[in-house]
Amino acid sequence: MPSADVVELSRLQFGLTALYHFLFVPLTLGLSWLLVIMESVYVMTGKPVYKDMTQFWGKLFGINFAMGVTTGITLEFQFGTNWAYYSHYVGDIFGTPLAIEGLVAFFLESTFVGLFFFGWERLSKVGHLAVTFLVAFGSSLSALWILIANAWMQNPVGAEFNPDTMRMELTSVSELIFNPVAQVKFVHTAAAGYVTAASFVLGVSSWYLLRRKNVGFALRSFAIAAGFGLASTLSVIVLGDESGYATGESQKVKLAVIEAEWETQKPPASFTVFGFPNQEAERTDYAIRIPYLMGIIATRSFDQPVMGIKDLKADHQKRIENGMIAYGALQELRSGEQSQKTRELFENQKRDLGYGLLLKKFAPRVVDATPAQIHQAVEESIPRVAPIFWSFRIMVGCGLTLLLLFVLAFYYCARRSVIERVWLLRFALWTMPLPWIAAELGWIVAEYGRQPWTISEILPTHLSASSLDPAQVYFSLAGFFTFYTVLLIIEVWLMLKYIKLGPASLGTGRYHGESGAPAKA
Amino acid sequence: MSPMLLDYETLKIIWWLLIGVLLIGFALTDGFDMGVGALLPFIGRNDDERRVIIASIKPTWEGNQVWLVTAGAAIFAAWPLVYAAAFYSFYAAMLLILFALFMRPLGIESRSKIPDPRWRSAWDWALFAGGAVPATVFGVAFGNLLQGVPFQFDSTMRITYTGTFLALLNPFALLCGLVSLGMLVMHGAAFLRVKTTGEVQRRANHALRWSALGTLACFVIGGFWVAAGIDGYRIIAMPAGASAANPLLKQVESGAGLWLVNYTSYPWTMLAPAVGIGAAAVAAWLATSPRTVPAFVATGCSVTGIILTAGLSMFPFLMPSSSHPASSLTAWDAVSSHHTLMIMLVAIVVCLPVVIAYTGWVYRVVRGKVTAQSVRDGEHLY
Repeated sequence: MPSADVVELSRLQFGLTALYHFLFVPLTLGLSWLLVIMESVYVMTGKPVYKDMTQFWGKLFGINFAMGVTTGITLEFQFGTNWAYYSHYVGDIFGTPLAIEGLVAFFLESTFVGLFFFGWERLSKVGHLAVTFLVAFGSSLSALWILIANAWMQNPVGAEFNPDTMRMELTSVSELIFNPVAQVKFVHTAAAGYVTAASFVLGVSSWYLLRRKNVGFALRSFAIAAGFGLASTLSVIVLGDESGYATGESQKVKLAVIEAEWETQKPPASFTVFGFPNQEAERTDYAIRIPYLMGIIATRSFDQPVMGIKDLKADHQKRIENGMIAYGALQELRSGEQSQKTRELFENQKRDLGYGLLLKKFAPRVVDATPAQIHQAVEESIPRVAPIFWSFRIMVGCGLTLLLLFVLAFYYCARRSVIERVWLLRFALWTMPLPWIAAELGWIVAEYGRQPWTISEILPTHLSASSLDPAQVYFSLAGFFTFYTVLLIIEVWLMLKYIKLGPASLGTGRYHGESGAPAKA
Repeated sequence: MSPMLLDYETLKIIWWLLIGVLLIGFALTDGFDMGVGALLPFIGRNDDERRVIIASIKPTWEGNQVWLVTAGAAIFAAWPLVYAAAFYSFYAAMLLILFALFMRPLGIESRSKIPDPRWRSAWDWALFAGGAVPATVFGVAFGNLLQGVPFQFDSTMRITYTGTFLALLNPFALLCGLVSLGMLVMHGAAFLRVKTTGEVQRRANHALRWSALGTLACFVIGGFWVAAGIDGYRIIAMPAGASAANPLLKQVESGAGLWLVNYTSYPWTMLAPAVGIGAAAVAAWLATSPRTVPAFVATGCSVTGIILTAGLSMFPFLMPSSSHPASSLTAWDAVSSHHTLMIMLVAIVVCLPVVIAYTGWVYRVVRGKVTAQSVRDGEHLY
């Protein structure tokens, strides 16, 4: 077994590099579609300002895109380097969507992104629009396949444990692809990316408008971002609710932790808006609750209960005890004792094998675990409540603030009085970080909330790591820290430089700061 | 579920070929980007020339890089134990590759965005590292696979690597690193000849000639070294009709000359080293020819031959264990389930031709020479 240090360091490394990767991904996902919209208007109307918009926002897109791609490779490498046992245990299933992602989506977006920049002179108008569309389509398709892989970690369907190979094996690829968690996760995550890009374009355009620079250009960009953003924010929130529903089905623990629901309530359960979760005493202090709301969201009914943490723990205790039997039988099978009776015993208990593996941390031989060790494993079967409870609420708060922003932006666009609403422009400028904060917190809820598992109810995190030496992981962490900090500084600096230059950087002679250009274009 | 059109044994052989196709696809496409990166500070003597060199790969390098990502993911899906054992055992080496890869996106995208000479020079050397380091380390890794890697499994299939990072840097592995650096540099030089003119092209001619001859020499020395000094591996007992993929059920021996057995059993496999050597010689000979595409085809053939030579020498071994030969990973027992191999085969057969078709189209659209003038004209777009 890997040492506890290695497990924690590898978790820290994966968590930080994944959050870093997701600084770039949402902007790629959304900005690519905004480019499609802008360029479509150009192709339909022939007005050069829309071509300038496509090229200018495309420039910012390009600075962001390559970073998203390269930081994604980090995650792929780490499954092998730091999570070798995970790779062995579930590679038969988990590798498939990753490889298909490369084949159907990643190739598409990355191959055509070069033509987006170099094809303006070499392709017809419609041909170039098609290229832009393929980049956007490829990006979102890529997100779909990655989220199919991720959803399998949350809700591992279509697979079965094989004692001969000591790993999980795929039984149904259609269950893997049509995992209900994957579908809601995709729509929620992709739409969150679209919101991020809309807020980015809205905020930067507002900055130009506040300074009365590139007004025509900025107003048109603002309008497209406002419409796209409003539709996307509504999808994130409506489908965020769907996301909660799917969680209720497959990951009761995560739902109970998000809601800090210690006791199973009489249905329909109330929703805790605010409070201070107290893990030791198993209660939420100073809780403010809205009756019935959570039960309706999570179960779509008035009569089905949402399981509380205490009842979940009691359930986990039973499953851990079954898991000990499964693990004992598995060891006999692996050592060559293949009798019908052992096979049957294993087959009957194998759905709880993962719970048995939870004990490995406390009782390496599993089968001889004492009641105290079982109790420890039960306590650890629930993640820390407070970080998840708060992350979720801050995420929702960011989402609602953005909804308000896009409603107002859309309304004043329709009234054609955006430029006079200085407060609205400032609002759009200052809320630019919110989509990123929401997205990162959303991932913390999804992934930290899945602990102590890497694969829900199948493989515990502490077994998934490679048997490395802590010094190796310190070395790689130091490397990531150094490179990623330098790259981020350069990336942000370049972005700011081009934002300040504005569309004048295209060299068309039509924009603010160019010689011969009118003050307001 | 989907019917098994092919039996497990056949699929295992097909998958060995498919991973080969993906790795060779990576070397043929992103390989020249890496070679061009490694040559950048030497072939480009002033800013204009360096911008031309970077512009020659700029529109297509991101698509090329996906070959690496897809090859990695396909190994994950088809040979999960190899993925786990190799990435984990070569931990520091893999991270070195990764850190070097970080140099490329910002180097290629942002170098030209600031005119300061120190900024540009820093990125030139960063791009050099982004090309030369992965090109070398991949070869060093292959050199270690050929010698066997000290790792073992416990009864739960947990892998433990018992070697050190410095042990990976042994003389034979370093020679393999030179072969792989040399072959990608020669491929990169041949690509630059196609895309450039004038002084840059003239220097690329020289680079092509010398890198092709150097690669050829290192490859031949490596061949003799394998014949004389490197122990190969052989399966001596395999459980009859074992269908489950379990690498612990076989017996393996190691010994001198075993990596050459495939060439005597199947003489047609001699084609691979022959093409590796012959095509490199042809490329060196064509280095000053006014026609540029034939030499690029030759370097491509040589790269293909060299990679196939490494693979065929070891077949069916993928990652032999030097400390516990029975833990060695082979194409028969380090693979995914029958079901997964079948589904992934369908995915790859359907998708890869489409990918190759549109990649070809994109290269056709951006075809033509890159010059200092064309770089300046296109500047505002990027």
